Amino acid sequence: MKTWATLALLALGLAALIAAPIGQTHYIVYLLSSWLIFATAAIGLNLTLGYAGQISLAQASFMGIGAYTAALLTMAGVPWLIAAVAAVALCFVVGLALGFPALRVQGHFLAFVTLAFNTLFFLVARNEEWLTGGSYGLSGLPRPHFWGFDTAKNLPFYYFTLVAFVFAAVAMWGIVRSPWGRAFKALRENPIRAESLGVDTRRITLIAFAIGSAYGGFAGALMSPLVQYIEPNSFAFNQSLRVLLMVVVGGAGAFFGPLLGAGVVILLPEVLRFTEGYYLMIYAAAVIALMVFCPTGLIGLGRRVVDRFRPKRARSDLKLGAQL
Amino acid sequence: MSQFLQVLLSGLSTGAIYALAAIGFTLVWQAAQTVNFAQGEFVMLPAFFVLIGLHWLHLPLWLSLLFGLAAALLVLGVLFKKIVVEPMLPNGGMPLIIATMALSILLKEGVKQFYGAEAQPFPSLFGQTTMNWDGAIVSVQDVMNLVVALAVVAGLTFFLNRTRTGRCMQACAQNPGVAQILGVDIKRMTLYTFLINAALAALASFLISPIYLAKFSNGETLGLVAFIAAIVGGFNQIRGALAGGLLIGVLDNLTATYVTTEYRAALPLVLLIIIILWRPQGLLGVDEGRKV
Repeated sequence: MKTWATLALLALGLAALIAAPIGQTHYIVYLLSSWLIFATAAIGLNLTLGYAGQISLAQASFMGIGAYTAALLTMAGVPWLIAAVAAVALCFVVGLALGFPALRVQGHFLAFVTLAFNTLFFLVARNEEWLTGGSYGLSGLPRPHFWGFDTAKNLPFYYFTLVAFVFAAVAMWGIVRSPWGRAFKALRENPIRAESLGVDTRRITLIAFAIGSAYGGFAGALMSPLVQYIEPNSFAFNQSLRVLLMVVVGGAGAFFGPLLGAGVVILLPEVLRFTEGYYLMIYAAAVIALMVFCPTGLIGLGRRVVDRFRPKRARSDLKLGAQL
Repeated sequence: MSQFLQVLLSGLSTGAIYALAAIGFTLVWQAAQTVNFAQGEFVMLPAFFVLIGLHWLHLPLWLSLLFGLAAALLVLGVLFKKIVVEPMLPNGGMPLIIATMALSILLKEGVKQFYGAEAQPFPSLFGQTTMNWDGAIVSVQDVMNLVVALAVVAGLTFFLNRTRTGRCMQACAQNPGVAQILGVDIKRMTLYTFLINAALAALASFLISPIYLAKFSNGETLGLVAFIAAIVGGFNQIRGALAGGLLIGVLDNLTATYVTTEYRAALPLVLLIIIILWRPQGLLGVDEGRKV
């Protein structure tokens, strides 16, 4: 019964995503594509943050690595699919290499190492002009073309990103429900207990971080054909914070949290446009308030509201347990 | 040689200022388990309080500095603790970290909106004169910055180790439960820690703003350097944060002069990664052991 309701809701959500761009202006369609791409990156970060409990502040630099890899390869004539695979693989490897030293130590070292890495990436992207075009960036990036399906226009490109997003989300669903995913959750809930049950916490966290980074790379590979112009500032530390906020605002550890969070972070500036320069201030204050009153994010807030209005039903044989 | 001396001294001088921010960061970390991602903005903000005193309230410089210090103690000490940290402590570490990140955006954007986006000149506290030491041109400002910062660190160490209040604060940082049983007012001690952090940030702000000008985005680099100094030196030691700050200040200036200016900003980051690989507890840190 419950699975049917979930499936129906999912189908409804997908239908809404398919119908969303029809009849909209180019700008809205572009925004929607950008939302799905950031949601992909945020889903990856959610694995690191929400499931494995580590803060990564380098998601934008992984998007950058993915975007530059995809851009350079597609400009050299390589098909987009192969370029995307290369971007994902490269980010996975860089994630492993970066996470290995940082995760040797407990605490929030990964946050600092990734913070440093993002700044380093920005410096390299800006200074190594022969490769990245320096602060002028790379422009005129081609949009992919699949056997007669041309994504040069914004609407087909939106459907292309939708397919890519659904693919990424389904893959994540599989990862979260796999033994690995359960180990990630065990780790977040109680690392000491997880370790005493034989979970190699360090390895599992490292893998979660690397997979999360690979998702960043995939998002980057989608980003470069969407924007068709990439430059270092799009992948600076601020952008990493933005992706992190998407995860937290939506609800870290909730599967659809990042999708919701990315929607809020991308679309809210449009709604708050009338406040002009105060947008970021309002936004920051709202995040602080959210963290004070509901640290589990919007999804958690929603659940709390639902719980309040729905009468508590406990199975009779579990009543004693429910009272504890 | 004279150039080397010059570079070394100005590196020590900025390094000592970094150390002030790093020490505050370490203290707050110990007292409230708060990793303050807004520490850089805490150093950026007090300079603007002083500028408000100077240009909006037309106070003399010394009174503006006092006003800046008082405002910093109130906003970055008391309000930060009461409004941001305290309500969030029961929610665990992660929401608090996110909240301090949001706070850094709030402070930065607030200054940009209400004071201005341009870099503002900030009056120098020690004049702009230079001295000639054996061929090396040394600015009085650099020497005084170093002296003031070191004096404050020495005073703080004395306070923490030799006075009753200081020792109570250390007890709270090490084991709040036992400290409370022994009759230490934990809330008050934590508040003192936040006030000391605010005062250190304000001092760092007053010393560094004449050199780098006061700008809303200053905190980005300062905060990063303060974290790195704290980690490199050893997260649980005042003298570690001091050593980390001085080391980064000197290395930064040496690289900029002798190696590369393009990758100058990368050096502290590389240092951070090396330290974490080689000595994660920091240069002077003591391994805390794992708490189960």
